[in-house]
Amino acid sequence: MSTITKKELIDRIAGCTHTRPGVVKPVVQSFLNEIVRELVKGNRLEFRDFGVFETRIRPARTARNPKTLEEVQVRQTRVVRFKMGRLMKQRLSTAEPQVPS
Amino acid sequence: MSTTTKKELIDRIAATTKTRRAVVKPVIQMFLDEMVRELANGHRLEFRDFGVFETKRRAARRAQNPKTLEPVEVSARRVVKFKMGRLVKQKLNGRRP
Repeated sequence: MSTITKKELIDRIAGCTHTRPGVVKPVVQSFLNEIVRELVKGNRLEFRDFGVFETRIRPARTARNPKTLEEVQVRQTRVVRFKMGRLMKQRLSTAEPQVPS
Repeated sequence: MSTTTKKELIDRIAATTKTRRAVVKPVIQMFLDEMVRELANGHRLEFRDFGVFETKRRAARRAQNPKTLEPVEVSARRVVKFKMGRLVKQKLNGRRP
């Protein structure tokens, strides 16, 4: 499974929208920063077709270090949950990727 | 918990980056569309500090309609998994990044 980076997407968007990468880059970065900021504030973000980001509280629990089998107390944490949207679901409905990676 | 929409974010991004909304909007839309496309193609997306998106295969299983208790066959499918980055984790838990 190959990894696509932000830079590759930025270059592609710049090419398709006829916008300089120097303009696209801060816009994309600001988008990611704003998502984080909203999640920190406890807000939920919904992007039609793409999906929903929201935070959940994961309760404190007792875990075990798998190596030493020692019990460890894990504090309550807030985690991000992503739920895929309609289009994403449709496009991923096949069990295997359409294009071999 | 209130829901923030794409439009609100676009307005805010336009203001902070001093870029026209007519430029911001297609860029953000294409960013989201490209992410869907790459995930559908079986690729993994990594945005430093933000997090990683990847797909996982779910095996076919037999489920049950909780209302009618009728068994339903659920075919194998892929789901998107998002793993938040280190910075997000720290920010969400009130620790200094």
